[in-house]
Amino acid sequence: MNRRYDIKIYLVKRILLLLPLLLGTTLFTFILTKALPGDPAVVLVGERASQEVIESIRKELKTDQNFFVQYVGYLSMTLRGELGRSYYSNRRVMDDLILKSPNTLLLAAGAMVIAIPTGLFLGFLSALKRGTGIDRFITSISVIGLSLPVFWSGLMIMLLVSLKLRILPPSGTGDIRFLIMPSITLSLPAIATLTRVSKTTLIEIMEMPFIKTARAKGITENRIRLVHILKNGLIPLVTIIGLDFGSYLNGAVLTETIFGWDGIGRFAMEGIIKRDYPVVIGCILFGTIVYVMINIFVDIIYQYIDPRVRLHGKNE
Amino acid sequence: MEKMNKVIYIFLIIIMTSSILAPLLSPYDPVEINLNEIKEPPSLKHPFGTDNKGRDILSRVIYGGRISLFVAFIAATLSICIGLFVGLISGYAGRKVDMALMAITDFFLSFPALLLAIGISIVLPPGIYSSMIAISVAGWASFARLIRGHVLTIKEMPYIEAARAIGCSDWRIVVFHILPQCISLSIVMGGLKLGGFILTEASLSFLGLGAQPPVPSWGSMISSNRIYILSAPWMVIFPGLAIAVTALSFNLIGDILRDKYRVKKI
Repeated sequence: MNRRYDIKIYLVKRILLLLPLLLGTTLFTFILTKALPGDPAVVLVGERASQEVIESIRKELKTDQNFFVQYVGYLSMTLRGELGRSYYSNRRVMDDLILKSPNTLLLAAGAMVIAIPTGLFLGFLSALKRGTGIDRFITSISVIGLSLPVFWSGLMIMLLVSLKLRILPPSGTGDIRFLIMPSITLSLPAIATLTRVSKTTLIEIMEMPFIKTARAKGITENRIRLVHILKNGLIPLVTIIGLDFGSYLNGAVLTETIFGWDGIGRFAMEGIIKRDYPVVIGCILFGTIVYVMINIFVDIIYQYIDPRVRLHGKNE
Repeated sequence: MEKMNKVIYIFLIIIMTSSILAPLLSPYDPVEINLNEIKEPPSLKHPFGTDNKGRDILSRVIYGGRISLFVAFIAATLSICIGLFVGLISGYAGRKVDMALMAITDFFLSFPALLLAIGISIVLPPGIYSSMIAISVAGWASFARLIRGHVLTIKEMPYIEAARAIGCSDWRIVVFHILPQCISLSIVMGGLKLGGFILTEASLSFLGLGAQPPVPSWGSMISSNRIYILSAPWMVIFPGLAIAVTALSFNLIGDILRDKYRVKKI
């Protein structure tokens, strides 16, 4: 069997697995909608929506029918992008999500640009200098990074950089000057995770027999480090980088709020404060779906870039 | 490293005793408003300063620790219980039950934790109990996975076969022969997770979904005080420092536990 064919089967399998996940996510948000007090149709669009909108939602949700029928109605609504209306602005939640998602994406990208090279560098350095003072220093820094609440480290960065030193604007949405501080804040936990994981991954590789072989062959130490260790270590790390995207999503709610960055995170926070349920539930649904999709995407990429990975079913 | 560990233990003991003995140790009433001493900077009288209503920050931080630790410990206990329940059944029953339970577990693992916790918190009446439930619902899955794996290896051991041979019922084997073997593992895992739970609790109360005012909690102190960050930075610095130090101590203990017992973090 050729490899291409295997990958195709794998792709189909992964995408089939995506379906129950997405169903589960919508089921969860549907249960949330039902659990809130009041008529689910009114919960979704609010009392300020026009009577027609409420009626049409009620009809679509089939509120007089049983749970399962209602869920199917909710699912078909969701598939059409109808996530309800904000109680306050009376705007469609989906429209706002689409409007704000590029900002969150930009923030996450900014954080990744900072986190990936920094985390890899620190992890690599700490693996090479294992047991020395440098290693201990990096390790303690990374534990601290994991323990700082982002909403607080963000405020501290803001206090120092924009309120004391007055280098950058404290909050708002706009050009790169507004992006720097939230990106750094959001990247802190990611740097910590990446440092820790890349250190253990690289150490595992350093202890493999082929490194000894390379050394025995007389290859220079620098070449072993860069070509043999780093190149082989990067491949498993791709997954970690991708999977860590969830922490960006979690962090975005808090970081965007602190810095007034107009993305989905702040949208969710405002929804929570105002008890604007369709907004909160819409953000949860949107965030989870993006997260699940990215995980699967990363998994598939991984299959392509690592020739050593044995695909499921190949040897069965 | 030994010295370092001792420092961590001492820190944890200080944090925990000060939370337990909060009424004795805190110099002032944490909710008492004193309009004569608004936004006072840290001094001997008020080591952490006072807030916009003249409340002593140190007392509020000490009382906030109670909430944070209480929520995190209960959430860890709840997660362990759910994880043990699901993991034991899944690992012991095997086959279809295992597949179904692990599918549910994987579903919970694939959710971004804070979003899941936010979702649970908004439908429950806000307060510390809803944070506990939200954190455990978002956190039990990794316990279940770990315990299931452990049960799978125990199940094959000769003493289980012996128990079956002398006619023990499945129920008896699970409760008296397998469960005790899983307790220490779950506690170690709980220790690994406490730091994260402290942070999640702080995030939820920062978002207004945790302890409700006037009850002081670290997260809500930061969220309500952050507008004063320029004029009275101590109102934000100290509660955050408390979160960071507590989470750090628990994370370091978690690292020690992991090295000692070789638990893989999931």
